[in-house]
Amino acid sequence: MSMREFIFFFCFCVSCNLLAVENQPNLGRDASKGVIKQWNLDIFSDGKGLPSGQGTAHKGKKVYERYCLSCHGVDGSGDSADELAGAMHSLTDNPPDKTIGTYWPYATTIFDFTRRSMPLDAPGILNNNQLYAVTAYLLYLNGIIKRDKVIDSSSLPKVKMPNRKGFINIYQQEKEND
Amino acid sequence: MTKNVNLKSVAKGGLLDRRFFLKKGFVFSVAAMASDKLLAEAKKYRQPWMEKPGDSFSNYGQPSVFEKEAIRWTMANKAAAGNGVSWTPLQNLEGTLTPNGLHFERHHNGVPQIDPKIHQLFIHGEVKKSLVFDMDSLLRYPMVSRQCFIECGGNSNAGWRDEPIQTAVGYFHGMVSCSEWTGIPLKILLNEANITPRGKWVIVEGGDASIMNVSIPLEKIMDDCFLAIYQNGERIRPENGYPLRLIAPGWEGVVNVKWLRRLHLSNRPAMSRNETSKYTELLPSGKARQFTFVMEAKSLITNPSYGHQLDKTGFYQISGLAWSGRGKIVKVEVSVDGGKNWGETELQKPVLSKSFTRFRIPWHWTGEKALLKSRAIDETGCVQPEREKLIAERGKNGYFHYNAIVSWKISNKGEISHVYA
Repeated sequence: MSMREFIFFFCFCVSCNLLAVENQPNLGRDASKGVIKQWNLDIFSDGKGLPSGQGTAHKGKKVYERYCLSCHGVDGSGDSADELAGAMHSLTDNPPDKTIGTYWPYATTIFDFTRRSMPLDAPGILNNNQLYAVTAYLLYLNGIIKRDKVIDSSSLPKVKMPNRKGFINIYQQEKEND
Repeated sequence: MTKNVNLKSVAKGGLLDRRFFLKKGFVFSVAAMASDKLLAEAKKYRQPWMEKPGDSFSNYGQPSVFEKEAIRWTMANKAAAGNGVSWTPLQNLEGTLTPNGLHFERHHNGVPQIDPKIHQLFIHGEVKKSLVFDMDSLLRYPMVSRQCFIECGGNSNAGWRDEPIQTAVGYFHGMVSCSEWTGIPLKILLNEANITPRGKWVIVEGGDASIMNVSIPLEKIMDDCFLAIYQNGERIRPENGYPLRLIAPGWEGVVNVKWLRRLHLSNRPAMSRNETSKYTELLPSGKARQFTFVMEAKSLITNPSYGHQLDKTGFYQISGLAWSGRGKIVKVEVSVDGGKNWGETELQKPVLSKSFTRFRIPWHWTGEKALLKSRAIDETGCVQPEREKLIAERGKNGYFHYNAIVSWKISNKGEISHVYA
């Protein structure tokens, strides 16, 4: 490539780049990792996103009684809010009994939902240890773990939920049939 | 000077040709009965409001004081005022657009009053460049407008009950509304963030007290999802997501996340509460349908419907709404004899994809018992099912995604009730 060709090529590249810039508004700022870490509440079923901390059902009973019982009833039996535990019959009965124990496929969802949304009158009030403890308590009430089992970021995703295989991915199914 | 009209029926029971009024020279000659009061009023040259100046200007217009019934009914959790729904009064509305103040609401923990000056939208995860946008920046982006319906996945769920609910159509089916939304195609922002090949799902989060989140396949996001800033020409109302709402045309309401603050690109769904414990449909087998995003073809007659009364025999216009999350409505048929005979209705033009479609058909009521039904068919060939068929496929305990044909029984006194037939 001669010097002249090179200059031409260089100018060509610069002008393309300018055009590209004009076609995209690019008005977003770079988001720092620190801020994203603070904002990112998502917890996945394999445990990704779970914070440090731990708790047992024993400790969780106190958290439940103070923050959850008024809406969810004694031992998760349900009141103004959903029944969470103590199913008397199964999913194939009429009506079916949908609780964490009979219906929820992943234990991590309990921690995630409680952290982001509960309690309704003061969301965000529970610290990580309280969240792990109340999650453990709900699993214990449903007969899924023992009372003294320590629930933390490593043990929670390993909890086997009875209805883990209970769901059919309709979106995937329709895509495959297309 | 009225001509006698040959009322040509298109189906038994007095359904008339849908284009009846478009035919030149036809005048409907039914003796109109007016009350004594109206006859007396008709003699007055000026009514009281014509004898003095009217009201002054207003900064924001309100409905007539005589339209007090066209309101949302609200149903909230007794222990949490912001946890519940309000319904669009479909029985009081016409056309295809829902007024902003009557758009249905579903909140998980109340309506946040978000200051747009501090609201921010994060895009992160499986992207090469994590980005954050403020509202002033977003308002400079290219925008598109699209009319589409939003329907809660739990709309019409009383239809699963053993006994037909006796309530106005809006308080049974009114968790659906239709607006012209204006905003930024999401693919523009995601292309700027530069998605990695691992990115397959987007976890979408709102900035309300419940920090509600849900996972949406990236394909849908890149296809037709957009960030709405305006609703029917004005900035979105707080109860509908101000200052920023995700619109996923044709997909269940819960994925149209309000108060949008974060888009997390991921290789898999989060399995959040709203895609596992809720918004999944339990089948008689004990298995549950999950990620059932599309709202299927549906229609209902809004007029006449429960709560209306047919006072006189003669002409009525049957009017209703149809919609499908799969695309355009191509046909809506109406029956007045419980489904034995069907007549094709006139669809209001233009018919838009994933939007409310208004259908109308004239009807001559002879004063005999009638059973009204409507049936929608969309461009993919999906036909709205009879209730029996839907229940045979899904059972009665799925709660979400009820789209069966709605039946209104009219007695020989003109009273209207909801029936399963």
